[in-house]
Amino acid sequence: MPSPFILDRSSVTQVMAWVLAALLPGILVYVWLFGPGILVTLALATVTALAAEAAMLKARGYPAKPFLLDLSAIVTAWLLALSLPSLAPWWLIVTGTLFAIVVAKHLYGGLGQNIFNPAMVGYAVLIVSFPVQMTQWAGPLELTATPLTLAQSASVIFGGDVPKATLDAVTMATPLDALRTGLLQQLTVDEIMTHSIFGHYGGVGFEWLAGAFLLGGLVLWALRIISWQVPLAFLAGVWLAAGFLHFFDAGRFGAPWFHLFAPSVMLGAFFIATDPVSGATTPRGKLIFGFGAGLLTIIIRTWGGYPDGVAFAILLMNLCVPLIDQFTQPRVYGETKKAPPA
Amino acid sequence: MSRELFKFKGGVHPPEHKAESNTRPIHAAPLPKKLVIPLRQHIGSPAKPMVNVGDRVLKGQMIGAADGYISAAVHASSSGIVSAIGPAVVPHVSGLPDDCITIETDGRDEWIVHAPIDYRAMEPADLRMRLRDMGLAGLGGAVFPSAVKLDPGATHPCPTLILNGGECEPWITCDDVLMRHHADEILEGVAVMRHLLGSTEILVGIEDNKPEAIAAMQAAAQKMDFAIEVVAVPARYPGGGAKQMIQVLTGKEVPSGKLSTDIGIQVFNVGTAHALARAVHHGEPLISRLVTVTGHVLRPQNFEVLIGTPMHTLITLAGDRDGTTGVLMGGPMMGMPMPDLEVPVVKATNCILVKSNDLFPPLPKALPCIRCTRCADACPAELQPQELFRFAKAGDFGRAQEYHLFDCIECGCCSYVCPSHIPLVDFYRYAKSEIWAREKEKRAADLARERHEFRQFRLEREKKEKAEKLAAKAQAKRAELAAAPATAGAPDVDAKKALIAAALARAQAKKAEVAPKNVDHLPPDTQREIEEIEARRAKIRELAHQPLESEEKKP
Repeated sequence: MPSPFILDRSSVTQVMAWVLAALLPGILVYVWLFGPGILVTLALATVTALAAEAAMLKARGYPAKPFLLDLSAIVTAWLLALSLPSLAPWWLIVTGTLFAIVVAKHLYGGLGQNIFNPAMVGYAVLIVSFPVQMTQWAGPLELTATPLTLAQSASVIFGGDVPKATLDAVTMATPLDALRTGLLQQLTVDEIMTHSIFGHYGGVGFEWLAGAFLLGGLVLWALRIISWQVPLAFLAGVWLAAGFLHFFDAGRFGAPWFHLFAPSVMLGAFFIATDPVSGATTPRGKLIFGFGAGLLTIIIRTWGGYPDGVAFAILLMNLCVPLIDQFTQPRVYGETKKAPPA
Repeated sequence: MSRELFKFKGGVHPPEHKAESNTRPIHAAPLPKKLVIPLRQHIGSPAKPMVNVGDRVLKGQMIGAADGYISAAVHASSSGIVSAIGPAVVPHVSGLPDDCITIETDGRDEWIVHAPIDYRAMEPADLRMRLRDMGLAGLGGAVFPSAVKLDPGATHPCPTLILNGGECEPWITCDDVLMRHHADEILEGVAVMRHLLGSTEILVGIEDNKPEAIAAMQAAAQKMDFAIEVVAVPARYPGGGAKQMIQVLTGKEVPSGKLSTDIGIQVFNVGTAHALARAVHHGEPLISRLVTVTGHVLRPQNFEVLIGTPMHTLITLAGDRDGTTGVLMGGPMMGMPMPDLEVPVVKATNCILVKSNDLFPPLPKALPCIRCTRCADACPAELQPQELFRFAKAGDFGRAQEYHLFDCIECGCCSYVCPSHIPLVDFYRYAKSEIWAREKEKRAADLARERHEFRQFRLEREKKEKAEKLAAKAQAKRAELAAAPATAGAPDVDAKKALIAAALARAQAKKAEVAPKNVDHLPPDTQREIEEIEARRAKIRELAHQPLESEEKKP
């Protein structure tokens, strides 16, 4: 075995473990403000992802242990679970997770080979195929008269016999949905914002969730588990695009802070767009990648057919990665003139 | 003394492990019974043997002469009888033997007549030839013949001379200890370098984890009659690399594919300066050096070792222990595993690092690359190692070259930080060797084509000449038949001779045109690198063609 003969103590497992740890504040706040239903979703997605991962590794003839222990499947599962409505039916969770692990990850060649972020592929498949079920969000407890217990949440998710009235009492439109619907009803943003779902910056509860994701993301940032470029550029893209529109027509476009403090933006900027496998690798490329994803998020939210645009924005930027990387190769030590490799 | 320092990009800071070996005093290693002195210890052409089996040689006697400009002589490190000249195992990762001169020592350690050199009175060119004949080569690891580096040339004045005391590799302390104990002599060597290069600015760069060495060098610098600035540079691997040291001290970058002298800077290792001082002030050729013996031994320390001493004697001297799992020459980042402990200490041997499972646990199996770009953050050459890895693994060597593969200095930072534990440097060595092999093949093909074309040309010419000859003959015959006197034949014969001579001259001219394109005339350092790497090629090629270990299918 040739040099070097020593290694830093880092490992893929360690990287993934930090990502999972950094998601914990978000999960805690989620449970605190929206009820324990998310735990059922997370558990189901985790079990499904690990089973799918093991099965695919076996089918492809790979050793299961090192790849299951790398925790990457669990990261995918958690990111998808946190993107799904908290009371989504079990089969939706299973379908999305299976698609993420089997198709987006393993059929593209497994760890390190996937072009698209697996969790976002899973999400995209679900929102395109099952738009109705993808709206089953539990509202913030603050606005809910009779919040669901863990057992009740599980019962909802697994299709148990839950009275429709109970369900209707807890589910409600997300702030982004509310904004969208309101705008379609020709209301101005100011009028829409009087709705009880809206809080200081984003939605009631949602803004705190976004804050928790931001906190976890900043930990990853400080530990250099993620690059600084992608989240910063992503947030800048969202803020500038939203701010630009809001500046010209505050009545028709939501405020930039409102867009930033939707949890999906923070989750996307710090946890999903920073996925190294499907993201750009060069410093400038990361800036372009993040900024593009932020910009597209606002464009899709504003003019697209879906209430949120983070998933599609990231997938579209995933598509551009080879091109971005090729044209943003940095200058190397001692290079005298810039000659981009063709 | 507050010099503005610059930063080089990337780098890592592995555990230093310097304290194990840098506190004990320098011991002279005892004279071994047998010395094995390789003829190729430097970059460039190997030395040519000057002695025969059975000859008695004296300590310091030249036994192999420098062969060409980029070469250096080798010397008997002690007195004794030459017992063998021929291939023997040398410290090379391939384990392949190379030509060596073996001396059975007689224990008398009898010096050859030697005297100091009055270097100021000598023509610089003569002095350089003397230094070449005294076997001086860079002791920092690259072993480039010092005489060549001390030739400023007409086009490259070297206003800045940097003495490299960085010693950034973990475990190694021979430069540290040398600076602590021989600072004066090192700077005397610097005076000779300054004399030859005409440098006006002398900088000594030492990593700040060596405060004793810095203090010793600063004290010694006060005593010199010219200004020397001893600068503490931040300890960060590979800060002792010449390019990195230049960047930290001057903020300048060596342009890709050029030498530091192109930007007016020359860099020498402190050990080289010390050897130069011994050569000039004592007339001693390079026959010994400091070697750190450390790692899994009882008494890690530095030894003054005669070139040619078998490595195992040093390990025994430092106290060998059970549980040794291998021995490296050099440090853990760039060192190479020794195939055999019979191998001799050579000019390049700065450290003998004994491994154990505790100190150097076996590297974990590699996982696929997740493109995290930690390698790119760590790369001091500012490359994109993850892309180079992808191209090398796919055999896309053209793309690898476009992404500046050849600017890689193989420092190992990328492999060190890789969370997937991919032996990245290995892939780059493999890609480089493949590219060299292909260029060699291409050159060979070009040569074959030229030969073929020349043969065609020669056949044509011979045909033509034959025809001319026949015509001339016929003409002569005709002239004879024309009843001319017998003397008329002579000018014809002369014409024929002239024809042949002209043809020969043409052939020679053509040959001269072709000859320099021979593959044997590669630059010597390239040639050496090719050879070093070719040994690994087969192994690494296999590795690249197989999936990573963890990707292997289950049996």
